[in-house]
Amino acid sequence: MDATDTSHPDYYHRVVDCQWACPAHTDVPEYIRLIAQGLFTEAYLLNRQSNVFPAILGRVCDRPCEPACRRGRIESKPVAICRLKRVAADNRGDITGRLPPVPRLKNGKRIACIGAGCASLTVANDLLPLGYEVTIFEQNDRPGGLMRSNIPAFRLPEPVLDEEIGMILGMGVELRLGERIDSLRALIETGRFDAVFVGSGAPKGKELRLPGRDEAAANVHIGISWLESVAFGHVDRIGERVLIIGVGNTAMDCCRTSLRLGARTVRVIARKPRGFFKASPWELEDAEEENVEILVNRSPKAFVIDNGRLAGMRFECMEYELDARGRIVAERVAGEQFLPADDVILAIGQENAFPWIERDIGIAFDKWNVPVVDATTFQSTRPGVFFGGDAAFGPKNIIWAVEHGHQAAISIHRHCQGEPLTERLSPGVNLQSRKMGMHEWAYANDYAPIERRLMPHVSLKERFKKLNIEVELGFSAAQAAEEVQRCLNCDVQTVFSAKLCIECDACIDICPVDCLTITSNGTEAELRAHLKAPAENLAQPLYVSAALPQTGRVMVKDEDLCVHCGLCAERCPTAAWDMQKSLLHWPHAEDEARALEQRKPKIA
Amino acid sequence: MTFIAKPKVTHPSLPHNALGLTRRAYEGVLSTLCAGCGHDSITAAIVEACWRLSLEPQNLVKLSGIGCSSKTTAYFVSGAHGFNAVHGRMASIATGANAANRRLSYIGVSGDGDTLSIGLGQFCHAIRRNLDMLYIIENNGVYGLTKGQFSASADIGSRAKKGETNRQPPIDPVLLALDLGAPFVARSFSGDKRQLVPLIEAGLKHGGFALIDVLSPCVTFNDHEGSTKSYAYTREHYEPAVLADFVPREQPISVDYPPGEAREIALHDGSRIVLRKIGADYDPTDRAAADAAVQARGGSGEYLTGLIYLDAAGRHPEFHQVNATPEAPLNSLPFEQLSPGSAGLRTVLARYR
Repeated sequence: MDATDTSHPDYYHRVVDCQWACPAHTDVPEYIRLIAQGLFTEAYLLNRQSNVFPAILGRVCDRPCEPACRRGRIESKPVAICRLKRVAADNRGDITGRLPPVPRLKNGKRIACIGAGCASLTVANDLLPLGYEVTIFEQNDRPGGLMRSNIPAFRLPEPVLDEEIGMILGMGVELRLGERIDSLRALIETGRFDAVFVGSGAPKGKELRLPGRDEAAANVHIGISWLESVAFGHVDRIGERVLIIGVGNTAMDCCRTSLRLGARTVRVIARKPRGFFKASPWELEDAEEENVEILVNRSPKAFVIDNGRLAGMRFECMEYELDARGRIVAERVAGEQFLPADDVILAIGQENAFPWIERDIGIAFDKWNVPVVDATTFQSTRPGVFFGGDAAFGPKNIIWAVEHGHQAAISIHRHCQGEPLTERLSPGVNLQSRKMGMHEWAYANDYAPIERRLMPHVSLKERFKKLNIEVELGFSAAQAAEEVQRCLNCDVQTVFSAKLCIECDACIDICPVDCLTITSNGTEAELRAHLKAPAENLAQPLYVSAALPQTGRVMVKDEDLCVHCGLCAERCPTAAWDMQKSLLHWPHAEDEARALEQRKPKIA
Repeated sequence: MTFIAKPKVTHPSLPHNALGLTRRAYEGVLSTLCAGCGHDSITAAIVEACWRLSLEPQNLVKLSGIGCSSKTTAYFVSGAHGFNAVHGRMASIATGANAANRRLSYIGVSGDGDTLSIGLGQFCHAIRRNLDMLYIIENNGVYGLTKGQFSASADIGSRAKKGETNRQPPIDPVLLALDLGAPFVARSFSGDKRQLVPLIEAGLKHGGFALIDVLSPCVTFNDHEGSTKSYAYTREHYEPAVLADFVPREQPISVDYPPGEAREIALHDGSRIVLRKIGADYDPTDRAAADAAVQARGGSGEYLTGLIYLDAAGRHPEFHQVNATPEAPLNSLPFEQLSPGSAGLRTVLARYR
C-alpha cells in the first residue's frame, strides 16, 4: 500500500467518528472536554457554531454521531453524546454579547426565506452577521416549522424552542408570520429580494388508500398533520383505542401523544419485523417504556366500518423469509386479523410538495416532481433560488437541515457577491501537539471503564398528567461528570513520523488494543491480516507509514479500535509518535466572507 | 518509563489460548524502564510465548538478579512465582527452586552485567549442572542503571555515549555456553519477535539448560553511532543462521517443507522444533561447527542469530537425572518422607565419621 496521505483533511477528520458522522461536523470531543471542565457556556457556544440549536438537538437530534462512536465498537454502548449536548445547554450561563455581532449598516442585499424551520433559521443565523437583511415567511402563527409542529412538547418543551429560535430572530430577522407563499413567481417578481431560500420542509403526510378510508375519515388522521393540530391546540383528545400505522419516529411521537390525550390502548402496527423499523432505537425504547404495544408483520388491508363509524382495521398477517444477511427474500400471507380501534393515525412517511412553485420560472423538477437541487451549492436550476432542509432532498432530520442551511448560506453569499458558487473554501485540519513535558499530556488519556449513564425519566405516573411534561430529566451533575470520561478523545490523533522511528517495537508492545504493527509492505488485504489483531472492520482505514529508515518495513495502524490513550507516544523514545489535537476547520458563510474580504484590493 | 497505566480495555477479537486466556492475562505491572528499551520488547516476547504455550501462570517461576534486565520479571505474568536474587546470584536460587519442584517451568532473566561480571561463576555452574531452565540474557553492552559504563560484553572498538572507546575483549555468552556444553544455545534480537518468540517457547519446553542471548539495545546509553549494540548496528550486522519454529505437542505440522530443507527435532514433552535452512549450509546440531561459525562472525563484527546449537542427542544428563530429584514437588511430600528423623540422621552422620 502507498503511504497514507495524512495531509488530506479527510484523514484525521474521519478518525473522529462522531464528527465525521455528524452532518454539521460538530466538534464533539472538544465540547465534551469543555463540559468536563465545567465550561458549559463555552461548550454551548462551540456547539452553536456548527449545529445552531444545541438545546433542541440535545433533546431530539437523530444522533448519527452515536452509532458511529468508537466507544460503541470497544464496549457495546457509545458515549451519550446527545445527552451531554443537553448538559451544556441546561447549565450554560448568559451568552448575550457572545453571539456574532450584527452590523447596524446593512450590505444592501435582501434574502427571502420561505418557512421558519431550522433550515431557514440557520440561513438567517449565518447571513445576518454579514449585513444581509433576511425576511422569513411562515404560514403558521409561530416560527419553528416541524420542530414545533411535529415534535411533541413532552420531548421538546416550548420554552427551549422559543429561546433558541429567539436568539436568531433577535439578530434582526423580519419575520412575517401567517404569510403563506402561494406563488414563488409572485415573490420573485416583487424584485425585493436578491436571493430566495426555500426551507418549506416536507409537510405532506403519506396517505393510505384502502377500502373504508373515506367512510372512516373522521377517525383516520395523517400523523404529521395530527401532531401539528395537537401542537397548535386544535386537537386535545383521542379515542380510547388507537392504532398507529407505521413504525418510524413520527409513529413514536403519535403513540406517545395519544397516551397523553386520553388513549388507553395504543398499538403501533409494523408491516415488517423489528430489524426493519425506521424509528431510532431510543425512541422505540421510550415508547415501549410507556407500555405501547408494537405489533410486527401485519400489513393493513382495510378500514372496518360499523354503523358508519370506524370500528377497527383488518390486517394480513405476514411471514417473511430472511437470508443470512437479514434481508427479506420471500414473504407470504399467513392469515388475517381484526384489531378494534376508535382512531387510526397514519405515520407511514411524508413528502415535500410544491404546488406553489410555478413550473415555468426556470426551476426544473425531476420525475418525482421535486425540484432539481445541486447537492453542494443547494441552488436550483434557477440562479438565486436555493433549497434546503426537507424541501431539498426529502425528509431527513434537523441536523441535516441545519447543515443544508449553512451550505446554502455560503452559496447565497457567493451569489450575492457575484462569485462562482462552486469555488468554495475547502475544509482544513490543524494539528497541535498535546505533549506538555515528561509524561504529561494536555488531555485526559486514562481509559475510564464506566458504562453509559442512563437518562433519568419522570415517573410513568406523573408524566401523563399534562401534555407538556418533559419526560427526560437531563443528566445529573454526577452523571454528566461520569459520562464525559467515556469519551476517548479521538480528535487527539496519533501522528507518526516515519523518519524518526528506530523500530524498537515499544509502541506495538504497549498498545492495549493491539492496533499497531511493523511489517513488510503488502496489499491492503495482506496488511489487514498481518496486524497483531486482524483489522476486520473494513469501514475503518489503515494508516500506512512511509518506509522506515532501518529496515524499509512500514508502520501500520488500524484506526478501528484505537482508544487514543497515547501510550504509543508515551513509550516512543524518539517522539516518532506524537499525540496531536486535530482541529477541523469546516467553512461557514462568515469564513467565506472573510476570505472574500481579504481578496479585495485594499484602497490606499 | 511511563506513569500512565496501560488501560484494561482490550481488542474485542483478541484470541484466546487453550486455557481461555488472552495475551493480556500474561502481562505484569507497568514497565519503569526507559521508553524504547529493548528489554520491554523481550518482555512482550515472553508474554507472547507463555500465552502461546498456554502456560498456567502459577506453574511458571521467574527469577532474576540485579540490573535493568532483572527488573523485567515484574513486567510479565503477574500470576507466576517470582524471586529477585542478589546481584549475580539468580542461578543459585534457580538451582534450589528447581531441586525442590521440578514440575514448574523456570525462566531466568539476567543482563550482561549480572551474568558476565558479578554472576559469571554462577552462570557457568548453572550450565555445568545442566539446570532445567530457560536463561535469557538481555544483552546491551552497558551498565544502564549506573549510567552507561561498558559491560563485559562490550565489543572492542565500541564507543560509549560520552566518546571513550572500549579496548578490552568481550565475553561472548554464546561461545562460553558452547564451550561449557550447554545443550540449547541461541542468540536473538529484541527487534525480531518472529525469531525470538519461537525460541522462548522452545527454550521453555526444552528439558535442560537453554540459553538465549538477546541483543537488547540500551536506548538511553548505547543507541548512538559508534555503538555495536544499537538498533541500527544490530540490524545491519544481523545474520540469522537457521529458522526455528516451535510446534507444540498437540499440533500437527501444518506446513509442508520441501525435503532436505526442514528438520524436526523432538523435545522431551513431545513438542518439536522444526529447523529450516536459510542460505548457507549451517548445521545447528554440530557443536564444533557452531562454535567456529560464531567465532568467525564475531571477528568481523557480525551477529550470527537463531538457534545456534541444539544437542539433539542429549549427551549430557540434566540436573534432575544426575541428582535423582523426586518427581513430586517437595512441598507435596509428607513430613516423614522429607525428614530422616533422629534415627535416620544418626545413620547419615555415621557415614561421615
